[in-house]
Amino acid sequence: MSYFSDIINGTKTLLTGMRVTGGYFFVNFFTKRDVITQQYPNNIETLEMFDRFKGEVIMLHNENNEHRCDACTLCEKACPNGSIEILGDKAKDPETGKNKRFLVKHIYHLQMCTMCGLCIEACPVNAIDWGQDFHHVEYDRSLLTKVLNKPGSKIMSGIKG
Amino acid sequence: MKEFLTDQLKTQEYFLNMGPQHPATHGVLRLLLKLDGEIVRNVDMDLGYIHRSIEKMCERASYKQIIHLTDRLDYLSAHMNNEAVCLLAEKALNIEVNDRIKIVRTIMDELTRISSHVLWWGVTGMDIGAITTFMYGFRERELINDIFEETCGTRLTMNYNVIGGLRYDIHENFVKRTKDVLKHLKKKLPEYDKLLTNNIIFQKRLMNVGVISGEDAIAYGLNGPTARGSGVSCDIRKTHPYSAYDMVDFEEAIFTEGDSFARYKVRIKEMWESISIIEQLIDKIPNDEYKVKTKAVIKLPVGDYLQRVEASRGDFGVYVKSNGQKFPERLKFRSPGFANLTALNKMAYGLKIADLVAILSTIDVVVPDIDR
Ligand code: SF4
Ligand code: SF4
Repeated sequence: MSYFSDIINGTKTLLTGMRVTGGYFFVNFFTKRDVITQQYPNNIETLEMFDRFKGEVIMLHNENNEHRCDACTLCEKACPNGSIEILGDKAKDPETGKNKRFLVKHIYHLQMCTMCGLCIEACPVNAIDWGQDFHHVEYDRSLLTKVLNKPGSKIMSGIKG
Repeated sequence: MKEFLTDQLKTQEYFLNMGPQHPATHGVLRLLLKLDGEIVRNVDMDLGYIHRSIEKMCERASYKQIIHLTDRLDYLSAHMNNEAVCLLAEKALNIEVNDRIKIVRTIMDELTRISSHVLWWGVTGMDIGAITTFMYGFRERELINDIFEETCGTRLTMNYNVIGGLRYDIHENFVKRTKDVLKHLKKKLPEYDKLLTNNIIFQKRLMNVGVISGEDAIAYGLNGPTARGSGVSCDIRKTHPYSAYDMVDFEEAIFTEGDSFARYKVRIKEMWESISIIEQLIDKIPNDEYKVKTKAVIKLPVGDYLQRVEASRGDFGVYVKSNGQKFPERLKFRSPGFANLTALNKMAYGLKIADLVAILSTIDVVVPDIDR
């Protein structure tokens, strides 16, 4: 007897569940009310990430192609996995006549970065920040090594070196 | 005739590999099954496929750097793992954090717990054979992940706690979004019951499967929802309150049957409790600093420290032996999944392979947490 009542109960509860799924099927078919799926990559033009989204580390440049980095290497030291290498050099400052450090290359290995944010926190002059781009697919991982300071860029005036 | 048949059809015991790339093992976990026909006679667990020696890495990482490594243990309770390290360092350095930090941390913890449990619910349904639940679970999780993404910047490895507070202040939409999610969840969780919990077929697959008694649960060191399904009260939020858990009123989810269905019910109930905890706190976030000033280089005083938190899978502990330097001398993580997995052999003995899958999903293993 319990064999048959089991079958009946099983069917009944199955139908209760199917009412839920069926409800979604019809409601979403007509209204798309509960649809949260984003049609990536079709929406690639309109897709906006949250402003805090951690896509990659970038260096901020102003419109004159100037950045704030003075090659102090604090970010390099803060990084837990050696994703940052700072190549700096020294040159005579024409104003003061003293030797001053300047940045040659801020090398960033995106392939090793764990997005921990310690470099950004460590930077005393806020020269680097999060970028929201996440399209990082490459055929070779060495292509993910980037130079963050743009070619020809130089340090903003007023930043102590 | 019957005797003849049993004689002729007798099989010999044989070994079968389940994993390391089995879809039902929730990660790279290899189980070596000793089977008699379809009956499980012994389960040998073979670990180490994704061992990353995180504990060793922590020994040459500064305390600030350790935090982001704990994300990579149990990635579904990243926030609690971060918090454990931060609480430990704050305890050692006598840093008192304000109520804003405590409350935001607690809300984040509970959001993480819900997001982990809805994912677990979806996966459990799928392991038993109901694929719809997987999609529904992910739907709710997506909304919670949006909160994380907006406030913390990432969806999974949040890395939001820092020693002495939070990395950023909460986003201006945080409160509104959280309230929306709670409203949404309160509408959807009863559907979970309709869809899965009350389903007789599902119940029959879980009831009396993988039974473990309260004494055995203690003997094996089970923790978290797995132990609470056997009637063991072990919620760190109750026994050793941290952050804002002493400000809220909630019930520890305990069921006494000890079978897979009890563990299932514990997690469903925990989601309701988490909702109630967040509701109690969400309007009470005081205006205050989101971070206490700390030294640039953090050095813990010489000594041994232990901090436990209740992660989504149970009791997560961090032990640090400090010699006063920048790096810890020895660091050990006590992960909930490892202890829970050890009881698998006891639970699965004499059951079918399909039941083993049900047990594995109701003890909710996350392999990176076990392997570290
Ligand atoms: S985010 Fe972390 S891992 Fe990445 S470069 Fe900065 S410090 Fe290194
Ligand atoms: S990015 Fe900032 S921390 Fe790194 S070298 Fe430049 S100024 Fe220093």
